[in-house]
Amino acid sequence: METFRNLLDPFPSQQSTFAANVDAIYYFIFWLSTFFFVIIVAMMCYFVVKYRRVEGQEPEKSPSHNTPLEVTWSVVPGILVLGIFWWGFTGYVDMRSPPAETYDINVTAQMWSWQFKYGTGAVDAELHVPVGTPVRLIMQSKDVIHSLFVPVFRVKQDVVPGRYSGLWFEAKEVGKFELFCTEYCGQKHSDMITKVVVHATDEANVTDEVPQTFDKWLEVASDPLEGGRIPLEQAGEKVIGMFGCLQCHSIDGSNKVGPSFKGHFGQQVQTRDGSVLMDENYIRESILEPNAKIRQGYDPKMPSFKGSMKDEWIDAVIAYIKSIQ
Amino acid sequence: MTSHVMPAHSDSHSSADNYLTASKGFLSWALTLDHKRIGLMYLIGTMTAMFIGGFLALLLRAEHLSGAPGFVNHDTYNQLFTLHGAIMVFLFIIPSIPGALGNFILPVMLGAKDVAFPRMNLCSFYLWVFGAIFFVGALLTTGLDTGWTFYTPYSTNTSQTNVVLATLGAFILGFSSIFTGLNFIVTIHTMRPPGMTWFRMPLFLWSLYATAIIQVLATPVLGITLLLLAAERMFGLGIFDPKLGGDPVLYQHFFWFYSHPAVYIMILPGMGIISELISTFSRKAIFGYRFIAFSSMAIALLGFLVWGHHMFASGQSEMITIVFSALTFSVSIPSAIKVFNWLATMYKGSIVLATPMCYALSFLFLFTIGGLTGLFLGALATDIHLHDTYFVVAHFHYVMMGGTLVAFVGGLFYWWPKMTGKMYNEFWGQISALIVFVAFNLTFFPQFVMGSRGMPRRYYNYLPEFQVYHVLSTIGAFLLGFGLLLAAVVLIVSLFKGRKAPANPWGAATLEWQCSSPPPLANFEKTPTVGNPYDMQSVVWDPDTESFVRRGDVPIVPDETEQPAHA
Repeated sequence: METFRNLLDPFPSQQSTFAANVDAIYYFIFWLSTFFFVIIVAMMCYFVVKYRRVEGQEPEKSPSHNTPLEVTWSVVPGILVLGIFWWGFTGYVDMRSPPAETYDINVTAQMWSWQFKYGTGAVDAELHVPVGTPVRLIMQSKDVIHSLFVPVFRVKQDVVPGRYSGLWFEAKEVGKFELFCTEYCGQKHSDMITKVVVHATDEANVTDEVPQTFDKWLEVASDPLEGGRIPLEQAGEKVIGMFGCLQCHSIDGSNKVGPSFKGHFGQQVQTRDGSVLMDENYIRESILEPNAKIRQGYDPKMPSFKGSMKDEWIDAVIAYIKSIQ
Repeated sequence: MTSHVMPAHSDSHSSADNYLTASKGFLSWALTLDHKRIGLMYLIGTMTAMFIGGFLALLLRAEHLSGAPGFVNHDTYNQLFTLHGAIMVFLFIIPSIPGALGNFILPVMLGAKDVAFPRMNLCSFYLWVFGAIFFVGALLTTGLDTGWTFYTPYSTNTSQTNVVLATLGAFILGFSSIFTGLNFIVTIHTMRPPGMTWFRMPLFLWSLYATAIIQVLATPVLGITLLLLAAERMFGLGIFDPKLGGDPVLYQHFFWFYSHPAVYIMILPGMGIISELISTFSRKAIFGYRFIAFSSMAIALLGFLVWGHHMFASGQSEMITIVFSALTFSVSIPSAIKVFNWLATMYKGSIVLATPMCYALSFLFLFTIGGLTGLFLGALATDIHLHDTYFVVAHFHYVMMGGTLVAFVGGLFYWWPKMTGKMYNEFWGQISALIVFVAFNLTFFPQFVMGSRGMPRRYYNYLPEFQVYHVLSTIGAFLLGFGLLLAAVVLIVSLFKGRKAPANPWGAATLEWQCSSPPPLANFEKTPTVGNPYDMQSVVWDPDTESFVRRGDVPIVPDETEQPAHA
């Protein structure tokens, strides 16, 4: 029974401050609709049984119109939908009016990954936010239209190339939640999924699922090299994770949207216009100017990381790629 | 305004001659100017499109049995949903009721000999055929993966598929639609016989008239938009692509300025059919004739003012978004009026659950769900969550398939005896209606739940938590395919084994039942008597001919001073 109830439960959990209001409107419309639907279907069934045809017997005379009745069933639904409109409208205004003080995160959407950039220079392929803090996303797209959707927050906003779009929310609980792209954006649209990681703001509230506080996470993410305390290739692995490179490149030699990181370093590889030696310079060029020399058999789909991937991070990525050959 | 005078009865045809047997040979069909033959060819064409579109839908659903990659890959999946949508919208739902049933029934129902411009009518059919060939061409060459909406800039600068060919196909199909609409408007204005006043027109004609207005006014916008899109793709003009200085949201405005009214091109004729079916099979005059007629016109006009509700999450201005939300709710009122009036028509009726009525009741159930779930999407706060999820997919399938398709099949069963002169097997017809009804709900109801829980649409892969809904939906889809196939079999078998259809098998009072089944080439042997289209008691069951005949068969002279039908 519990499973059955779960199956019909229309909503994921409420994890943002306005989720409860959205659900309340939803349930209001739901019960109102159910009420009318049951009446309509019940009347329909009753009439079918009650007034079923008896051969040779014509129906008794009944009026073919009734203006007061018809005006009533035009006006009453009119008033009800006006109420629904009003509630939906006020809820929307809340969603679109961020408070004066927000924590801002820059979002770049591209086929088919997300990049979240923080004021400290930190970059990540997952969205990390502090709990109980109004967060504003300033979003842009590098290619086509995408849409950022977090079901548990009940928020969604298209990310349109050529302009910034905004979105705000305040997460209520620590945890990891799904984040989807909901505007069809080509081949791997359905793989453009990542996580929202809601961090505690103090050590007392960290969980097993999210063991770091937001500040701690931000400190590490801002400096994947950890001040040189870890090996360069290990730092490179972190950078690759931060930028979501594995969405399109494998580390096991298999081909995805782009060529694999494994098995090519130091070799002459075929490009569309000839061939090139896959060395440090080619990797660096491919990160900053991905379309300069496109490998044979691949489409020019990779966006440039110029400006977001620091030089020393590129060094780390090169070190990592060399280490997995 | 001129009144069309019925031609005098021609003695050159014996009464056994009908439009099917009047002439023979391929060219007599290919070059026919007879609206009934054109309607029949439209029927065959749109039905073929529907079964192709349906087959693609089954492939999509089969792929979703598991969340892991199945028998198609990302690219094929994206092409499948694009072609399913594009074929169903442009080749089936938009042309089906006006093109097939409208072409056949409109002139007969009106008491006219043909449509106003028979050559244009044939031309519109050939435009449909050529448009369809362009579409299939796009399918067979490099596919199309933009979604039926062709959203920019994906369609102009990224998609590697044959966007230009497909948009050209849609462009040509648009002209087919405009020609049909224009023809219907002129026919209704100028070819009504004496006595056929506006308010004696059956409601199906009102709905076709309202539809025609949208076809003529909205379709050119789509044509121009698609040309701009093709121009941007071929010549790099910066209209929609921000890299070239264009605006992708502008495209969405243009596109939905047509495509939202187009939703009413799809549903209005279906509503018209339902008005005829419920009235006939309840043996009662339609309740609130004028309210239903005016609600069709209201939907046609208000339908032009709500396109922005497809773009609540697009980043259009917030003020505009709020205005569009308010306007959207205004469309719900004429739809509600129709539902209540249909119910009131059944009150104290004499209801028989013949196959068309089964489909009509199924429509009432499904369309009500489709309409009510629109409230969730019209309300801004809830739409933000539900937009671009399976909730939307379920909503528009309840309206377009539960609404339009079910009404179309009901109408087809209703007018089939008139079109072919054959009666079908009533039992298997009813069974098909039952299967379609149950299977439809099984297919699409789980999608409401799935969408509310956050499953985005147009997803090849999905998270494991959604699998149970996808499996239910897939089972439903295959059952639904079976139900529709059964309906087709019932109709096709009737062509060979069905008993001969009488002129008026259902006891309807509209004019098309006054001519023989199938109708003679010129529709009426003698000028039909125009009366109240919903005066069911003017016809009585005659056990000898197993048909309804006019009471006393005394022609009633139309009286211009008589109160209109609703009085």
